[in-house]
Amino acid sequence: MRSAILTAAFAASLLAGFAAQAQQATPAAGPIPGSVLAATCSGCHGPKGHSVAEIPPINGRTEQQLLSALLDFKNDRRPATVMNRHAKGFSDEEFAAIAREISANWR
Amino acid sequence: MTRTKLSRRTFTGALLATSALSACAVQTAPAKAHVVVIGGGFGGATAAKFIRLEDPGIAVTLIEPKSEFVTCPFSNYVIAGFKQIGEITHNYNALTGTHGVRHVRDIAVAIDPATKTVRTGGGQSIRYDKLVVSPGIDIRWGAIEGYTEAAAEILPHAWQGGAQTLLLRRQLEAMPDGGVVALALPPNPYRCPPGPYERISVIAHYLKTTKPRSKILALDAKDAFSKQPLFQDGWNALYPGLIEWVPLNKDGRITQVIAGEKTLVSEFGQRHRAAVVNVVPPQFAGKIARDAGLANPDGGSAGWCPVDPITFESTRIKDIHVIGDASIAGAMPKSGFAANSQGKFVAKAIAAALNGRPAFAPVYANTCYSLLAPDYGISVADIYRATPQGIVAVQGAGGVSPRTPADAAQFRHLEATYTRGWYSSATREIWGA
Repeated sequence: MRSAILTAAFAASLLAGFAAQAQQATPAAGPIPGSVLAATCSGCHGPKGHSVAEIPPINGRTEQQLLSALLDFKNDRRPATVMNRHAKGFSDEEFAAIAREISANWR
Repeated sequence: MTRTKLSRRTFTGALLATSALSACAVQTAPAKAHVVVIGGGFGGATAAKFIRLEDPGIAVTLIEPKSEFVTCPFSNYVIAGFKQIGEITHNYNALTGTHGVRHVRDIAVAIDPATKTVRTGGGQSIRYDKLVVSPGIDIRWGAIEGYTEAAAEILPHAWQGGAQTLLLRRQLEAMPDGGVVALALPPNPYRCPPGPYERISVIAHYLKTTKPRSKILALDAKDAFSKQPLFQDGWNALYPGLIEWVPLNKDGRITQVIAGEKTLVSEFGQRHRAAVVNVVPPQFAGKIARDAGLANPDGGSAGWCPVDPITFESTRIKDIHVIGDASIAGAMPKSGFAANSQGKFVAKAIAAALNGRPAFAPVYANTCYSLLAPDYGISVADIYRATPQGIVAVQGAGGVSPRTPADAAQFRHLEATYTRGWYSSATREIWGA
């Protein structure tokens, strides 16, 4: 009897624990800032866009240069191997934020 | 140029000030928080560095027994003989020297979530506010009958970079022309989905150029694989008749090895003896993650660690984040690229939490490049977002290289170039800058 109660209590606490843990994190409100979105770019283009090998560097470009390049990749107006595939994963507004971030802070 | 120099000087100055502060902090004012990172691979080393970049007020300790890390990406090229192991070996000097990460050269053997402490093999107890667990994979010894650590000295897996990589290389070099190289390939999920097929390709390149009468027999526990049409097109074009791939439905699954006889035994009892045998065995999350209770105990994802899609915090234990191959990251593959992407966003999530604010929704990315020959590259890429259903690939984006591009030779050449470019940039971002 006692062990049954204990078992039930244990099961209940497990369930409660599970319910608490199963809740997903809530992201910050508002549009995702360029500093967050641009974190992806350095994976291929190097730290702060200083590519160390054959992939084109993206530091030292103007906001307009970056934005038009990203939009051209997205809309298949510029030849590409993989950038056209990546670029279709972002909104135009996100590209504007990325272009602002990189032109301002990646030197 | 001048601008670069100036900003670098300012940056170094700030870091010096920070490290001076944290040196004092040992005696007087402690850092705002302490993050411990277990594992110095693509995930862990990225997280350690980027937490320091996000907030230099957070102290970071990396627990990693090795002083140098040999990457699994590009190890196929060492096996095939067109890269040297030194070119894929990286150290932690930039992480400790430039970024002020404390490197504890010891192995994490236990995690106590109640006291928020990591115990090391050397007997240290290290307290954390947040813990990042990035241990990579372990081999499931015995999942294939007879495949033990001793057997792997004869039939290498070479699925963790280092001594195993060199062992397989030496065996290929010693093999006489006309020999058969057999590979046993695992069911999903496993580290680096296209990795086995890249390995088949570049070994074929080595054989074709140095031992042209040799063959490759690939025995697979699956009926389909990553970038399959692109791989098979390439094999037909580059290595006609050299590679035989046997899928699951043709009795490809290997269930037993006889190491002393260099023999693989299939599910239905076929025996395959070969001059060189490479077993890519079933895998699960690194031992520390499983021992700590971070992995699912049963079900289809047993042995891998469930996480929150936004923060990569374990859904099983609070304040512990699991990234890289050990985690169940929804649609993201177990790849070095994915672990690097996760490392950057987990750093943002942890820095945000330690500063009392929510993290922004991450946008993860992956590109898996594979070489079929030194000048022939292909890729699969995706962008991922966290949704209530977990991490999903963005519809309409991503995908594989075109099968028939306008100028195929030029396209494959460019992707081979970008394969090397990705590796240089990523490893510099993680270990080098």
